[in-house]
Amino acid sequence: MKLSKQAVAHVARLARLGLTDEEAKQYAEQLSSILDYVEQLKRVDTEGIEPTAQVTGLENILRDDVVAGVSPEVKAALLKQAPALEKNLVKTKSVFDEVSE
Amino acid sequence: MKSLNNEPGTLNRYMNLHELTVAHAGAGLAKKEFSSEELTRACFGQIKKTEPSLHSFISVTESQAVKQARAVDKAGDFSQPLAGIPAGIKDLFCTAGVKTTAASKILDDYTPPYSATAVRRLFDRGAVMVGKNNLDEFACGSSTETSAFGPSKNPWDLERVPGGSSGGSAAAVAADQCLYALGTDTGGSIRQPAALCGVVGLKPTYGRVSRFGVVAMASSLDQVGPITKTVEDAAIVLQAIAGVDPLDSTTVDQPVPDYRAGLAAGIKGLTVGVPKEFFGEGLQPDVRAAVEQAIEQLKALGATVREVSLPHSPFALAVYYILMPSELSSNLARYDGLRYGLTANKQTLLENYLATRAQGFGPEIRRRVMLGTYALSAGYYDAYYRKAQKVRTLVRRDFDHAFEQVDCLVTPTTPTVAFKLGEKTGDPLSMYLSDVLTVSINIAGVPAISIPCGLAKPANGKTKLPVGLQIIGNHFDEETILRVAHAYEQATDWHTKRPSLP
Repeated sequence: MKLSKQAVAHVARLARLGLTDEEAKQYAEQLSSILDYVEQLKRVDTEGIEPTAQVTGLENILRDDVVAGVSPEVKAALLKQAPALEKNLVKTKSVFDEVSE
Repeated sequence: MKSLNNEPGTLNRYMNLHELTVAHAGAGLAKKEFSSEELTRACFGQIKKTEPSLHSFISVTESQAVKQARAVDKAGDFSQPLAGIPAGIKDLFCTAGVKTTAASKILDDYTPPYSATAVRRLFDRGAVMVGKNNLDEFACGSSTETSAFGPSKNPWDLERVPGGSSGGSAAAVAADQCLYALGTDTGGSIRQPAALCGVVGLKPTYGRVSRFGVVAMASSLDQVGPITKTVEDAAIVLQAIAGVDPLDSTTVDQPVPDYRAGLAAGIKGLTVGVPKEFFGEGLQPDVRAAVEQAIEQLKALGATVREVSLPHSPFALAVYYILMPSELSSNLARYDGLRYGLTANKQTLLENYLATRAQGFGPEIRRRVMLGTYALSAGYYDAYYRKAQKVRTLVRRDFDHAFEQVDCLVTPTTPTVAFKLGEKTGDPLSMYLSDVLTVSINIAGVPAISIPCGLAKPANGKTKLPVGLQIIGNHFDEETILRVAHAYEQATDWHTKRPSLP
């Protein structure tokens, strides 16, 4: 499976990874060789085989729908991690370049 | 190389407390032959001496460790076998108030407000933390060379890798910088470095140990486990960390047996399977010879040995390199430059994502995130992710069938002894192949332990390096693999070999 530089740039964008042109070229080669390697799975007959998502057989482990809460110290320590706060809330960046009606 | 005399009754003759095993240090502490503070200071003496050449830690937490040790000494209660004993913690475990980086620039300055359950369980039992061990960035690698803070070195040969991703933990234990360490294993990250550094590494059954507070890599594969000097020590540490955790819904509510009590039962009458697929092409002849000799030893100890087949195991690495990057890409989406960790501080949200993640993630992480994103993207999901999940079912069934016939399986842990720094960094696929004998165990979710079983010269070097024997058990049957490993260890002296450090 040959992955083009353009395809790599597209995937990087989907994954929200900034990539230079040079990097896209290098990753295209490396990712292609890894995809070639995993191609071998096509040789395995999986007709009628169920996929395995996890191995212990546990299903739908639910807890009561109640707020566990955290101590004020932990809350403060968590908020302190954020690069920007406003009114004790984590401040995000603008989603749109320009404001339009 | 020197041999370590760890026989009981020789404690008083010990010059170096840091060379003790957990079991013997625990006995010495209980008898008040030395204090936890003395033991802890001995470890820091060794860290100061060896850390400049090894770099097995990202953070060393000396003042905190001495405080912990003094508190344990003051309480004077050494009924818990880990009380007062110094440990290294892989820097992938959150530790309250202590920087936790995952060896990534994106978490360079991250101090979690809480500790991982496994760490908390150690602390509750009086453990002393000497520092946070180096690893591959986000545990993605087999050599610690992807660490944003530079690689660790193998104590047996400083030009070689200690393995990865828990390479700092394995190097630290091999070099007696701490008495044991906590690692994580997603595709071999405990067992492979343990093998390359000549120590014991145990990956428990998926769901046996809580992963709460461990920076997530691939959630259907990750598991926490100990790296120790002996099998008995691995049993002691597993005892402390195993069990259900309400904060990790993938932990299984199964009784935790007394692992240490079961060690001495011997292996007479057990049937050991040798899967032929693990002895194929690419296996270094001296590694094969050491493992074959170990199998002979198991026979001599009374086990029945028979060949078995795990026909789909050759496909496990390909399954792994779809499932792992897919789950990784999803887990690493949380590093958004908004809530914690590095931020590029760009104007718009998209620019900020792109720049933060470009600056914060190293090349291997970006490679895997792209691979995972691609495998999960529309149009490719069925061909890659779903296909890999189906082959996973077949890999797992192979193990189920094998365990209908045998009590455990034995294989080499790695195809070669430790490779040189830089030897595989240019070719990601050749690096991935160093996990070829360990990944199928994570795919199946079963437990496995690596123990030292010999020394062999690498093809491109003169120094003899450790060889690891991998013993694989059925789901939640850590008891049997610990028992087999302990019987082998008692009959041989490979576990007493230590590197000669400058």
